Amino acid sequence: MASILEMKHITKRFGPVVANKDVSFSVEEGEVHALLGENGAGKSTLMNILFGLYEQTSGDIYYRGEPLNVRSPRDAIDRGIGMVHQHFMLIPAHSAIENVVLGYGGNKEVLDLKAAAKRFSEMADRYHMNIDPWEKVGKMSVGQQQRLEILKALYRDVDTLILDEPTAVLTPQEVEGLFDVIRQLIAEGKTVIFISHKLPEIMAICDRCTVLRQGEVAAAGLEVKSIKNLNELAHLMVGREVELVTAKTPSEPGEVILDVEDLNYINEKGIHVLKDVSFQVRAGEIVGVCGVDGNGQSELVKCLTGLLAPASGRVELLGKDVTHESAKNILDAGVGHIPEDRHKMGMVGAMNLRENIAMVDNYKEPYSTKGFMHWRWIDKHSRELVQKFSVKTPSIMEKAINLSGGNQQKMVVGRELSRETHLLIAVHPSRGLDIGATKYIQSQIVEARDRGAAVLMVSTELDEILEIPDRVLVIYGGRILACLEQAACSRNRLGLLMAGITEDDEEQPA
Amino acid sequence: MEGMTIKQRLQALLRTLYFPIMAIIASLLVGSIVILFTSKSNPFVAYGHMFQGGFGTKRSFDATLTKAIPLMFTALSFSIAKRSGIINLGAQGQFTAGAISATAVGIYLTGLPAAIHLPLTLLAGFIGGSLFGFITAALKVKFGASELIVTIMLNYIAALLAAYFVTGPMLEQLPPYYPQSPAIPKTARLGSFIPGLNVHTGLLIVLGGVFLYYFYLWKTTSGFRMRVVGLNPTAGEYAGMSVARSTILSLFLAGGLAGLGGAVEIIAVQGRLMITSFSESFGFTGIAVALLGNLNPLGIVFSGILFGGISAGSLRMEVLTRDVNASVAEVIQALIILFIAGRMMFQIKRRRKMTTAADPDVQDDVLAEDTEGADTPLPEPAIEKAGDQA
Repeated sequence: MASILEMKHITKRFGPVVANKDVSFSVEEGEVHALLGENGAGKSTLMNILFGLYEQTSGDIYYRGEPLNVRSPRDAIDRGIGMVHQHFMLIPAHSAIENVVLGYGGNKEVLDLKAAAKRFSEMADRYHMNIDPWEKVGKMSVGQQQRLEILKALYRDVDTLILDEPTAVLTPQEVEGLFDVIRQLIAEGKTVIFISHKLPEIMAICDRCTVLRQGEVAAAGLEVKSIKNLNELAHLMVGREVELVTAKTPSEPGEVILDVEDLNYINEKGIHVLKDVSFQVRAGEIVGVCGVDGNGQSELVKCLTGLLAPASGRVELLGKDVTHESAKNILDAGVGHIPEDRHKMGMVGAMNLRENIAMVDNYKEPYSTKGFMHWRWIDKHSRELVQKFSVKTPSIMEKAINLSGGNQQKMVVGRELSRETHLLIAVHPSRGLDIGATKYIQSQIVEARDRGAAVLMVSTELDEILEIPDRVLVIYGGRILACLEQAACSRNRLGLLMAGITEDDEEQPA
Repeated sequence: MEGMTIKQRLQALLRTLYFPIMAIIASLLVGSIVILFTSKSNPFVAYGHMFQGGFGTKRSFDATLTKAIPLMFTALSFSIAKRSGIINLGAQGQFTAGAISATAVGIYLTGLPAAIHLPLTLLAGFIGGSLFGFITAALKVKFGASELIVTIMLNYIAALLAAYFVTGPMLEQLPPYYPQSPAIPKTARLGSFIPGLNVHTGLLIVLGGVFLYYFYLWKTTSGFRMRVVGLNPTAGEYAGMSVARSTILSLFLAGGLAGLGGAVEIIAVQGRLMITSFSESFGFTGIAVALLGNLNPLGIVFSGILFGGISAGSLRMEVLTRDVNASVAEVIQALIILFIAGRMMFQIKRRRKMTTAADPDVQDDVLAEDTEGADTPLPEPAIEKAGDQA
């Protein structure tokens, strides 16, 4: 098979920073080619150059043997290259078909949505994607939105499709569905570039892979079949040996720290989001909450931390009723909270590191006395924290937004762990982080447990749920469907539970 | 700042000053087109007169400073609210309310020594303004009313209240019954503090206000929380802060600062409350001053003086050119706001590709790129919010 795409000696500089250094990348027609690398390794930069969002500083691109010189995504699409971004580029208030034709109305003056919808539906059927062209995007699930994005690209007749971290938001079952679509695309002779840092997925779906590390090619065009184990790939990606398993001893649960009883929450739209949720977390154990996003995890954590008021039920912290306490008092009682969205909740991007570190405990000694900030002490504390939690930053005066995602998260985790915490609530602690940062943060969470803290960890990542918690609660539709000891968990069992299928359902004849 | 060489500091300073200076230059250029179209004068000659009139002599700088004082007060008002994430368009009304209540204390509480009467009058101005700020905050916190609309509407209420008082209860009972209050007695007046100059003690008060603004926001826990909530209310709530509290406090202070400005204007410059006391738009020009100064304490001082200079110099420009209208100054002030708001246009294009991003699809892509961050080594300097440097 011939190369459909050749990127030769691509270098991209942003001022003094070299994002891609002499990167050569070659993709054959009809293959799934993985582009693998940690966050910040230059994967997205390279693909954005290909897609016309950036221009390379030097180097050449050939597509189907001809020089490719795209100036915008529109050019790229015209040449047959489509991209599905990690964050979808859809307008929620518009219908599926309106999103599909957006910026692609053809040459006609009058927009014929019906004809477009017909063509769209035929395509959707061909790929076994059940999408109503007239449904509003805002009402679609994340998985459906992603399928819509793929169809949007296919509608524009692309023959090479770039998928940027496509599985980050999907359940295991949805991932299988995506893989089926990818297989069908390949069967039709299309080419897929699959950006990821998840090794098992690459083993499952890709033919070859190219590994980027710190902007350079660490391995080019490896046959995936020839890779014997994951550690080998991880090593290529990170450049050093990585423990893929976080070291952990069996837990020794102590007294009950968090006791939740029949918690119910009804949101402002009147939807019963949490239904009779009861569980306990003891000192020295990690309890995982696993489930697909949007099944009540977020509301559960907010009820526990005083950010939402439950409709009924009881939350006890160290034997004290805190159901209706303010967020401040709950934090004060010794709760550390690594929030679900560090950009929106966990930090203030426009503030510098020391201000972010002082954010939660600002009113306490030694952060302040009688209402006056002690910046000198905070500076010292911040420098220690940055060092202890290996946050990579030029200085503590750097704005948080300028740090990489992993370092932002390390800062948040460091801040929460260096407070006096009896209970640590960690929500998606490793979301969007590379292997190195993930393992580091997981080991810090295990360490907090070993120091005697109770830990409640919410995650959608099965790998994480299978590895870190001592017990696992599966949440579905606002209910705790199951509480399993870690040993009883398997990928398949959790995957089914996350989709709301309990064992009773399975046993029943269809 | 730690670990910064002098060169780095200078570079940081230049980066901060880049947008304001570009906005001023662009406004003067567009303003010169206005001059060309509306008069026969050479714009550069006109600007020369304006500069002379604003900064040329000791006397003109004296006038500039006097004009700058109320603008700095209203700029502080806008800034402290903005730091808490509130857009306060009501400085004009708060200024007016402060002027009314200061006048009331000034003309009714007579017989007191100046040492008591003057502070009481100033306090009355502060409270009058802060009451107006508090009304906005209460409506916002309690009913979720938009502060934009409430503050604008309160501006009308304040203006009509002032008109009512000077024609009714406070009307000076002397023929020919001009719509104005009696003169503020000497015990409640602010005078000049440098012999031979007109500039009054209000300058010291406003500079004190600027210092407190800085000290409060960056040195106290309450101010720190206000900035956190202002930049990211969700994060503020997560960290146990009360957004409502911050909203109320910031609007209270914002109203108070504008009200204090109104009090100073009456007792130091105008001498009495008049129907024409608020014909100048102190509140809205203050917004421009705050934005040009990037909500920064020193920035407010410098841009306040600049705006004071433009309005002080405009008279000289009108007189000496004979045909350039003084309202060109207001055009320039308005243009500065426009150019500050649209400051992205001065950004040196780092990504040539962005210029070709004509269709909405592409722009979406580019925007999402900014939010990703991880794979984008260089964050765009221009996406920083107005006023996020400490």
